Amino acid sequence: MTHPVLELRNVNKSFGPIDVLHDISLSVKAGEVICLLGDNGAGKSTLIKTLAGVHKPTSGEMLMDGAPVSFARPKDAADRGIATVHQFGGTFPLMTIGRSFFVGVEPTKGFGPFKIFDRKTANAVAVKAVQEFGITRIDDGDRLIGGLSGGERQSLAIARALHFGARVLILDEPTAALGVKQASHVLRVVMEAKKRGVAVIFITHQVTHAMAVGDHFAVLIRGALAASFAKGEKSRDEITDLMAGGEALADLDAHLDDAAATVS
Amino acid sequence: MASATQPPVTAPTARLGQGISSAFARLVRRPEAGSFLGMIAVFVFFVLAAGQVFVSPAGFASWLNVAAEIGIVALPIGLLMIAGELDLSIGAIIPASSLTVAVIAGFFGLPDGVAVIAALGLGLAVGFVNGTLVNRTAVPSLIITIGTMFAVMGLTLGLSVMVTGSTSASLQPAPQAKALLGQFVGGMFQITIFWWLGFVAVVAYILHVSPIGNWIYALGGDRISARNAGIPTERLTVGVFMLSGLCAAFVGVSQVMVYQSAQVAGGQSFIFNSIMCVVIGGVLLTGGFGSVLGIVLGTITFSMVNQGIYFTSFDPNFGSIIIGALLLVAVLMNDTFRQMALSYTSKKKT
Repeated sequence: MTHPVLELRNVNKSFGPIDVLHDISLSVKAGEVICLLGDNGAGKSTLIKTLAGVHKPTSGEMLMDGAPVSFARPKDAADRGIATVHQFGGTFPLMTIGRSFFVGVEPTKGFGPFKIFDRKTANAVAVKAVQEFGITRIDDGDRLIGGLSGGERQSLAIARALHFGARVLILDEPTAALGVKQASHVLRVVMEAKKRGVAVIFITHQVTHAMAVGDHFAVLIRGALAASFAKGEKSRDEITDLMAGGEALADLDAHLDDAAATVS
Repeated sequence: MASATQPPVTAPTARLGQGISSAFARLVRRPEAGSFLGMIAVFVFFVLAAGQVFVSPAGFASWLNVAAEIGIVALPIGLLMIAGELDLSIGAIIPASSLTVAVIAGFFGLPDGVAVIAALGLGLAVGFVNGTLVNRTAVPSLIITIGTMFAVMGLTLGLSVMVTGSTSASLQPAPQAKALLGQFVGGMFQITIFWWLGFVAVVAYILHVSPIGNWIYALGGDRISARNAGIPTERLTVGVFMLSGLCAAFVGVSQVMVYQSAQVAGGQSFIFNSIMCVVIGGVLLTGGFGSVLGIVLGTITFSMVNQGIYFTSFDPNFGSIIIGALLLVAVLMNDTFRQMALSYTSKKKT
């Protein structure tokens, strides 16, 4: 049996006296998309940051390919092939596509102290990488990132992560700020990444988007895994109810009804 | 939308027809587009207002001499601004390095070379302190460099009075030092102009050709992302501040070689003037956007306005009004051009 690319076993995380994550166990295999659903404040961000090496788990184990790993810095996680793409994609709006694609790993020509930033290569590689994902509108590496649409930025950021050898792709609400059409572009890029055998962790609170690409779903409520199920096991309404905290909402309704009754 | 395999269709004839408009589009989305047009406008204005004398060699010399001194400081200030930082301490480094040369070579009579190296070392040291403080504290560099500016000013005044008993010192530079750093080429062009060109070449190489330039843009775009991408942000910050200190010290050195004396005060005008040149040149005050060519054009524009007023019949006392208005217009224009650069998309075949 092959090991999952990334696995969490009974991970807890607390900041001082505040417990943020309780006993999280998750795993994602190569070529699988796992959707992490949860309302604001459910601990999604903390979970991502733990996966990406920003936080260290207070207790519990993290494994890659079946072997325990521990990340001291985000760079350690990145070196092992864990890439995070944030909501707004590239963070350098005033840099060109080619330049921002290669930030920190600039292609150079020449030698010794006379290294020259190879703009042509940078632009060509960046444009090719993103076009392979079907975003053919990006054809000029000299364009500024800030001039791209939100979906194009996301797609570029994902293409960049995969170009530099990401094996685990963590997408932090990639579709949250996008329109319907833009979001479908990003979802297509996610499917393409999956086809290439990348393990994808897709964080969202849009159930429709999750159901479109997810193989496996995990619902996070107040730092704990409230549910974990495979594709097709639950309906869209059930998932929405779960995310909203199900019973908690029903309770609230009852309280409101009571309150209304006493007032009138 | 299944166009992944569709090759880009561009008929060569269509390309030819778009040549001129696409060349214009290319110009317009460069950071220096606004400053280039501004420079042309200012030049034409003064040719019309001042006439023949403005385009004579003496006319050129008058603003080039000013531009060279500000320009050498404006270059690293521009780099810092692109990297999202500011450096006001240059206003104190310039007189401090002038005085260092004058005291070491003029007062103590040591060789000029020693004095120059000491002055440049002083600039590098202040830059190192600035960069290190910016890295270690979360205090904005604006505040930190105001602090170091006052510290350097105080040290300069205190030490100068303590050592020489006066707030100024004079210098008789050796012939070679004078020829290298302080002579007037053709009787009117300061040799500093040629040094300026050298500095322009070096800084343009750093920013636009070497990979370090990419790091500087990234640093100004988003410091945390830049660090996560593996850029040595702290070393880079210290390096750019040291370059700024070095350039300011160099201006101080060349001033003392030209004027053969140094005062404790003076140099403060460089603070705002250099920032003005950089902003007129299209560098974004909040970082991440700008070019060396833009900084050079901004410096030329600023100097032409600064000096051109004396060639006209206007009352020079009102000159600052024009400079202030110029700055506002430049910023507004640069904002417009930056929006055009952002919204630029390669033309669809029409």
